[in-house]
Amino acid sequence: MKPFNILWIQSGGCGGCSISVLNAELPDFYSSLKQSNIDLLWHPSFSETCGEDFLALLEKIENGQIQLDAFCLEGSVMMGPQGSGRFHLLSGTRRPMFEIIKSLAEKARHTLAIGSCAAFGGITMSGPNPGEATGLQFEGEIAGGLLDSSWLSNGQLPVINIAGCPVHPNWVIETLTQLALGEINPSQLDSFNRPRSYTKHLVHHGCPRNEYYEFKASAKRPTDLGCMMENRGCLGTQARADCNIRLWNGEGSCLRGGFTCINCTAPEFEEPGHCFTETPKIAGIPIGLPTDMPKAWFVALASLAKAATPKRLKVNSESDHIRISPGMHEEEET
Amino acid sequence: MASNSSSRRILGPFNRVEGDLEVNIEVDQQKITQAWVNAPLFRGYEQILHGKDPRDSLIYTPRICGICSISQSVAAAQAIASAQGLKPAQNGQLATNLILAAENMADHLTHFYLFFMPDFARDCYKDKTWFNDIAFRFKAQTGSSARDVLPARAAFLHLTGILAGKWPHSLALQPGGTTRPVESQERIRLLSTITAFRHFLQDVLFGAELEQVAALSSEEDLLQFVDQHNQYDFARFISIAQDLNLNHQGKASDNFMSYGAYPEDEHFLFNAGTWQQHLQTFNPEDIREDISHSWVNSKATAKHPFQGSTIPDSDETSGYSWCKAPRLNQQVMEVGAISRQVISGHPLIRDLVSKTGANVQNRVISRLLELALVVPAMENWVKQIQPGQSFCHESIIPQEAQGAGLVEAARGSLGHWLRVKNGRILNYQIIAPTTWNFSPRDSSEQPGALELALQGTEMDDDKTSAAMIQHIIRSFDPCMVCTVH
Repeated sequence: MKPFNILWIQSGGCGGCSISVLNAELPDFYSSLKQSNIDLLWHPSFSETCGEDFLALLEKIENGQIQLDAFCLEGSVMMGPQGSGRFHLLSGTRRPMFEIIKSLAEKARHTLAIGSCAAFGGITMSGPNPGEATGLQFEGEIAGGLLDSSWLSNGQLPVINIAGCPVHPNWVIETLTQLALGEINPSQLDSFNRPRSYTKHLVHHGCPRNEYYEFKASAKRPTDLGCMMENRGCLGTQARADCNIRLWNGEGSCLRGGFTCINCTAPEFEEPGHCFTETPKIAGIPIGLPTDMPKAWFVALASLAKAATPKRLKVNSESDHIRISPGMHEEEET
Repeated sequence: MASNSSSRRILGPFNRVEGDLEVNIEVDQQKITQAWVNAPLFRGYEQILHGKDPRDSLIYTPRICGICSISQSVAAAQAIASAQGLKPAQNGQLATNLILAAENMADHLTHFYLFFMPDFARDCYKDKTWFNDIAFRFKAQTGSSARDVLPARAAFLHLTGILAGKWPHSLALQPGGTTRPVESQERIRLLSTITAFRHFLQDVLFGAELEQVAALSSEEDLLQFVDQHNQYDFARFISIAQDLNLNHQGKASDNFMSYGAYPEDEHFLFNAGTWQQHLQTFNPEDIREDISHSWVNSKATAKHPFQGSTIPDSDETSGYSWCKAPRLNQQVMEVGAISRQVISGHPLIRDLVSKTGANVQNRVISRLLELALVVPAMENWVKQIQPGQSFCHESIIPQEAQGAGLVEAARGSLGHWLRVKNGRILNYQIIAPTTWNFSPRDSSEQPGALELALQGTEMDDDKTSAAMIQHIIRSFDPCMVCTVH
């Protein structure tokens, strides 16, 4: 069977999604591609080809000699300065990358944004957006980026946004494999065209701090074991991803690493409007409530839970190790 | 000036350099007479950071680069700590060393196996006696080594899963230490993870105990070692290096600099310093960023990064790169593993550099040697962790303060310079390792390190000379996304 071929290009980003993909395990990234009959025609970090040989490959794709199954863009589209694209010209040419990106998207059967930069503009769009960065088919939350909101690929799909900063390796490998198998249809994408396979969950699902959350036993300092929603800016109850179900680098996740979820799979996560690691509150109540939770219910339940917090959770939530074991046994290790 | 017979060419795009690189060369009588290095991507992190809460730099700066992400975090955390006058908790320092070393060692390995060695599997070398063996082992994407390296690398990076949540882009690195306390039984898991990586290095890369590699003290020692372990990847490289005279390719200024790597009590595992024929002390006040050949707007002369700015101006006619030109006392410095090992006085690297300077061969040896030096140090750091003791100290950030974070990333010296006013970031300037190595010319027309390294390289129409340029470029393990951010 003819392999499903991919061209992977980087523009205004950090390369971290490629590096994350390389963390794939059981099997490793190259073996995963082989197993799925995917041929990586070219990738900026992994291929032998460079210079004029690469430019020749690009030409063959652009003039239709090579039929491209999937075009992957990693990094934001750089439009600046003043729409000229000079902030990123393709080396060895004078061509703005945004032109090449557009041309490849038109040629490929499917186009994928790898990471939140390519999907929505992402971190490169922060502050005054000095690079005039944008996403492939979104600019932040607004539909329409380099490509119109109504744009569809030759395969009749919008740009598939594998958002995340960075992406989890399996989000990429599984989406590509499903595409190669013809298994992806529009109903499998969410309202930001992200694969629902990983955005139908909240980061909160599987968080080992759930018991602290239930009793509103909250962390105050960076190493405290308690829930980080109330004080430390954690967005795990609102962020759509399976980070605590499918772990990172073997057994990690942001929350397991002791720091807050910053909702990096969402558009505009890069500008929360307050310090990332502080929860904004009105009258002591966090502004951002857990997804789908009625406010009155949350407030009532939170005050009830606070009143009922067991000593074990209260003590442990403000400690950097478990002081009291279940059953209220004070077992200080020495 | 160029003579009539000379010609100019544009080379690019280069891959396996973490980002975008373009090189212009002038060739005369089949030799490169001059080179101009261009970093073609500009994003504007310095402007993004202006006006932000200083704590938010811990979210933004790691995202400058996906392969040096932890190094950026450590520099940002240190810059804040320095503005606070805060000393990290001892456990936090050990954990920081471990997380940073995990990134640096993974990067050295990735560079060797995935970025550097595949160039010797190019068809232009098919007449070489070593070609079949090397192509089988290192061919890009299909070589047999990837099946050994990728799983070993990913398993080793479980260290970051445990200690930093994930890699890249962690928020575990804080000014006062780290956010992830380690319990006593978890030290065993950390040690097992490092030991598994040690075995991979010993069984696949070197064919010997790491301590035996670390103890090599001269070129003679090295050649003897290679003879005895010629079935392993390290020796495979040395044989190619000898055949292609890679120790006579890509010499730059031979001025070396290191900010000092991995703090241990009051010392570093690898000392800070500079080397210009001999060892000298390093003073960060001597750094200036020259912008005379950059697409950066300023009429001013070279400035220290505390006073510097980074405002892009693509119409700056004297510019040919988005990269600025950092200099130490007006000198072009080379940074990276070779600089660290010259400065910290490793006898093998001192001997090799005294004979042929910094070059393609010696840069690669230095990186692999660091694997043998740092992995045993990591085992010691794990053993020194004291569960139950603090991992992170806290302190407020003053309304007005300044601080610098100076670390050694895999690719060399990385600096962040932070100024805070009214509790917000007034100025944030970053100089990355490849900013040093791949800088453009400065106001006295001194070429940057790679520009120097390419001068004199043979350049005929033969594909092998095109390959040699690639070996020289990649011997620096460039990270272009860090270079211009």
